[in-house]
Amino acid sequence: MMTDDDVLQLGGACFTNRLFTGTGKFAANAQIPKMLAASGSQMITVALRRIDPQAGQGNILAYIPKEVTLLPNTSGARTAEQAVRIARIAREAGCGDFIKIEVITDMKYLMPDNWETLKATEMLAKEGFVVLPYVLPDLPLAKRLENSGAAAVMPLGSPIGTNRGLETKPLIEMLIENCTVPVVVDAGIGRPSQAAAAMEIGADAVLVNTAIATAVDPETMGRAFDLAVKAGRTAYLARLAEESSLARASSPLTGFLDD
Amino acid sequence: MELIVNGTAETVPIRTIAELVAYKGLASGALIVELNQRIVKQEQWPQTRLQAGDRLELLSFVGGG
Repeated sequence: MMTDDDVLQLGGACFTNRLFTGTGKFAANAQIPKMLAASGSQMITVALRRIDPQAGQGNILAYIPKEVTLLPNTSGARTAEQAVRIARIAREAGCGDFIKIEVITDMKYLMPDNWETLKATEMLAKEGFVVLPYVLPDLPLAKRLENSGAAAVMPLGSPIGTNRGLETKPLIEMLIENCTVPVVVDAGIGRPSQAAAAMEIGADAVLVNTAIATAVDPETMGRAFDLAVKAGRTAYLARLAEESSLARASSPLTGFLDD
Repeated sequence: MELIVNGTAETVPIRTIAELVAYKGLASGALIVELNQRIVKQEQWPQTRLQAGDRLELLSFVGGG
């Protein structure tokens, strides 16, 4: 049964909410604190970019309550070295020790470059970062990340922003069964039911951005995802009943009225 | 003085980072400044003199997943 002590530990921090969220694609930054309050999310991603003089200079960090852990990502990095540079800037800028490593060279499917990601993980873990690498679900890689000091592994369910759900489910299950670090399903989760499915199979958390930010009502969708993550987590802890190819009656098969 | 600002060469009439930020009309609150791949904290902007050829990155956090 799920209790208040069902806590996810990452890098010395404790999370009682297993829905991680992102700040991308919101129609207005003012939706972000409302979404955070409605979803209860305790960790949220941000990205680092060159300033755009044409765009407004609203400070995204001003919309994130202090008690929510910042998870800067290294999006835009094409190499391990670039990811390391972004991580160092984020930490020096006061964003804390958490870093989501995202190294992408394929712009069609936005597939993470597992090799560069491993290199960046090795370097940043040595520098004391809490490293959460975004990867394709690959068990040998996940074990290497673990041995390199990753605080978690974050396999994709389907490509970023596609809302197609757990297309990689059997591969993610291998990670869940064999990794000692937490497994956070990141990318592709489009519906609360898909988040629940990820939690039911034993994911430690999910990271959802597009599905919440681009919903007509992000605040309410944040709440829906929170409920789904809690439902899936509770079901996992309760241990799911077995599947069967044949029907197994729920009501007694004897004592019918006309027998 | 010619500087490389966010990857582009620019000639600007300034001497320090603080003057560059003001010259560009940038709000300093969310701004992160990297000079030759080293972050310069905001309190050091007024006394950080720039030299021709310096590479600056003017950065900020934005929404991302």
